[in-house]
Amino acid sequence: MSEHDDVRMKALLKKHFDPVALEPIPARMYLRRPRWIGYAKAAMLVTVGLAIGLVLPSLRSTPPVAATASAAPFAMRAARAHAVYAPEVRHPVEVDAAQQEHLVKWLSKRVGLELKVPVLAPEGFELLGGRLLPGPEGPVAQFMYQDSGGKRLTLYVSKPNKGESLSAFRFVREGPVSVFYWIDRDCGYALSGELDRATLTRVATSVYKQLEP
Amino acid sequence: MDYDLIVPYIPNLRRYARALVGDRDGADDLVQDTLERAVRKFHLWRPGDLRAWLFSIMHNVFVNQLKARKIPVDLEIDELIAAPISSVSSADIQDLQRALNGLAPEQREVVLLVALEDMSYADVSRALGIPMGTVMSRLSRGRERLRRVLNPEPARPGLKVVT
Repeated sequence: MSEHDDVRMKALLKKHFDPVALEPIPARMYLRRPRWIGYAKAAMLVTVGLAIGLVLPSLRSTPPVAATASAAPFAMRAARAHAVYAPEVRHPVEVDAAQQEHLVKWLSKRVGLELKVPVLAPEGFELLGGRLLPGPEGPVAQFMYQDSGGKRLTLYVSKPNKGESLSAFRFVREGPVSVFYWIDRDCGYALSGELDRATLTRVATSVYKQLEP
Repeated sequence: MDYDLIVPYIPNLRRYARALVGDRDGADDLVQDTLERAVRKFHLWRPGDLRAWLFSIMHNVFVNQLKARKIPVDLEIDELIAAPISSVSSADIQDLQRALNGLAPEQREVVLLVALEDMSYADVSRALGIPMGTVMSRLSRGRERLRRVLNPEPARPGLKVVT
């Protein structure tokens, strides 16, 4: 009797809670790796690179250390673009949110990606509009959002550049600007703002959820 | 030695945390704190059972959270007794969660690790840092309590089998 009940109880618990294990993992759980792992990896790659470089001089032109090229320049560009345009009082954007459809079509065409504009109203941020920016290998889109207190966020979207490795969700700080960024095969995204990390994490998680189905 | 080793266990940690804590946000916060702590302490992990190690970290984080919040467990138990649930098979998620919340946290942990993670007594003992005997007694008390709440039998005082 009691053993039978235990089996039923277990089945009931599994039935109700197993689906949780299938839910998509929230982006915030993909943590930044501890820095020493990065250093250890870089050191190993340098060693391997040197070894290969010494043993096979023909490979010297493309040493494997190139693989460690950081994704940080992308985040840095996003942070600088934020710093330039976010304080703009009269011209924060080229095309404002009233013409959202046109904005998205135009930027998608120029950047060469099918862009989506995440809705951040639940996080307290409304779309102001967007603009086109130059990037090292082509045009970049910048969308700007603002909350009721006038705090601004920018979402910087571009095709990934050569030499920039894929990257999970990462956080960097460039002066007063905090940036969450991630780079997948087709697209790099960076969300920048002068916000505390917790708030930016919350918004970035929402952006990530909406853009990575 | 990499965060990639930990990622495959996130679904397990989330499933367990959801059942342990009850609400989604609270559970995911518990998972998040666990992951951050695991990354900080990763150099302390000795190759072995990574799952048990992660669950032991979650246990420590959970206990700290309970202490910080001073959760009044007794209140929930009283409410629960006032509203028994008709049967195990008809129990829905709210009933089940209410029944789980009625267990003392240390019983809930043991019951859930065994049911959801299929952990052996030895695994549970490692994950929670308690002796095997304690695992067994908490498991049987926890199951007994769940059974009484989910499947209340009419009291049969004095009924004896006479041969």
